[in-house]
Amino acid sequence: MASRESALPVQKIAMTDENVFSQRFEIRGGDFSNAGKRSTSIKEILQEIGIDPSIIIRASIASYEAEMNVVMYAQRGTLTLSVTPKKLHFKLEDEGPGIENIELAMKEGFSTATERMREMGFGAGMGLPNIKKNADKFEVFSEPGKGTSLDITFYLNETE
Amino acid sequence: MNQYFHSIRIDPEKCNGRMKCLRMCPTQAIRVRDGKAMIIEEKCIDCGECITVCPHNAIIPLTDPFGESSRFRHTVVMPSPALYAQFGREILPEKILAGIVKLGLDDAYDLAFTCGEVSFAIQEYLREYNGPKPLISNVCPTIVRLIQVKYPALIDQVIPIDTPRELAAREIKKKKSKTLGLREEDIGIFYLTPCPVKMISIKQPAEKGKSHIDGAIAISDIYGPLLSAMEDIEKRSYQEALKSICILGIGWAMVGGICRTLRLKNSLAVSGLNEVLNVFDDMERGKLKNIDFVEAYSCHQGCVGGSLTVENLYISYNKILKLIETLEFEQIKACPDIREVRKLYKENYFFIEGKLEPRPLKPLDKDLTKAIRKRKEKEQINESLPKIDCGACGAPTCLAFAEDVVKGEAELSDCIFNLPQKFTELSRELLELLNKSAIARTVKSNINKTLNNKD
Repeated sequence: MASRESALPVQKIAMTDENVFSQRFEIRGGDFSNAGKRSTSIKEILQEIGIDPSIIIRASIASYEAEMNVVMYAQRGTLTLSVTPKKLHFKLEDEGPGIENIELAMKEGFSTATERMREMGFGAGMGLPNIKKNADKFEVFSEPGKGTSLDITFYLNETE
Repeated sequence: MNQYFHSIRIDPEKCNGRMKCLRMCPTQAIRVRDGKAMIIEEKCIDCGECITVCPHNAIIPLTDPFGESSRFRHTVVMPSPALYAQFGREILPEKILAGIVKLGLDDAYDLAFTCGEVSFAIQEYLREYNGPKPLISNVCPTIVRLIQVKYPALIDQVIPIDTPRELAAREIKKKKSKTLGLREEDIGIFYLTPCPVKMISIKQPAEKGKSHIDGAIAISDIYGPLLSAMEDIEKRSYQEALKSICILGIGWAMVGGICRTLRLKNSLAVSGLNEVLNVFDDMERGKLKNIDFVEAYSCHQGCVGGSLTVENLYISYNKILKLIETLEFEQIKACPDIREVRKLYKENYFFIEGKLEPRPLKPLDKDLTKAIRKRKEKEQINESLPKIDCGACGAPTCLAFAEDVVKGEAELSDCIFNLPQKFTELSRELLELLNKSAIARTVKSNINKTLNNKD
């Protein structure tokens, strides 16, 4: 039921292995009005593929938080979804301020959000911890002043 | 194929393939094949948008025809409170119910009273509930189906209190069979419905085996006869008639009505399917955890906006709102006794009789590896399409068309933009044929000339 296809830029990327589905979504920093649309598209794709609903819900929350991080803090970024029969993976890469202290950022309640973001209901310091809570594997790489990249993995059961 | 009952049917005689429904359908459940619209059963959630938009009235709600309810020995009609908003402001529920009886039915039951009871029951449930929030109202069957199909993760948040129409029907059958000495099967209960989807919740309830209601009649079908039946009914004074209206129940006709009359401060009311989708997306992401209760309707403004109503939905919304304001001002509380409701609540009187289960859409393939391949193929096909969603292929969008091709339900050549390509291929084939033919040597040389000139 793909009811609301987003008109957001989707980049074609090389799909060499035929058992891998991938799609790359572009995210613009500060683009609050489109925030969440990639996560909605991703959820629809996962439903069409027939991923277990309990994994879809965890993946949607993680992709949403990851998407929001780019919208809130970075200039631009990409979110790449790939699905294989064994796992579901999100790769986030952004050009932004990066994270000074990853260990601190992973703590619930820690946030560098501005007043405006908090007024909108964001920046409760739950972003990264929430991804960690929902994902099976989560890695953060960051270079302050340059950008951040996130690796988020979910393992799928062999059979349904 | 007929796993799901639907309350909508397309009349191929009347359908002109104008594609208005194709574009309007919020779940992309319509395709136009050979110039006629058809419904993909699995995807349809019976919202009725297509009925409203069809210029040829070719989409027919499968409600019961008015006047055919005589197969029962005793027939009772329960109108949706939305009926009360269909007439002028001075016509109050009391008169409308009398009008229904005048039409030859044995009895008319005011559902607003049961709605009031259920409002109290919801309040009770909200007070003792401590699971994930918010709880979601189950009054709109389209919303319940939407959650089953698209938001299975939210299914446990759908309030397990049965709908007033079901509870009332159960109660009426029980009481009437005693007082009239009839078997429950001899009592027919018909719901006067503002929308077609209630018909499915009767024929195929989302959570239990069988509904207590025997059928549904469209408000739009009974409207004309009812209007004339009410003409010579003696008027009671406005003040007098007001006193019988349950303020808690009347609110059920419009979006926000339950929350307002219960004075639920920490609640949210949303109407219109696309708006509901946005709210549910956020809910699924955990963004509404601090809200207690969500009232959601697929029709704009709630039940008064149903596709089988007559009055303009904003006017009827306003009528209900004014009625609530008047009742609030006059401090009229013709409502159920809350102590009585609490007693029944403790006896589990209000709870649904089964369990609501998810009903996710079938994936592209049962096998995960194949499904991944097919989803990839869908993306590749989509890339090759013009992406202008013209609808000429019979699918609402290029992406939906790509899916149809992957599923084998459409051919790539159904896309009108593939035609020039097809012509080129065909002409090449023709030329090859001509090359092989000795008889057509002269023709061949002519064609070669034209082709060369073009180059």
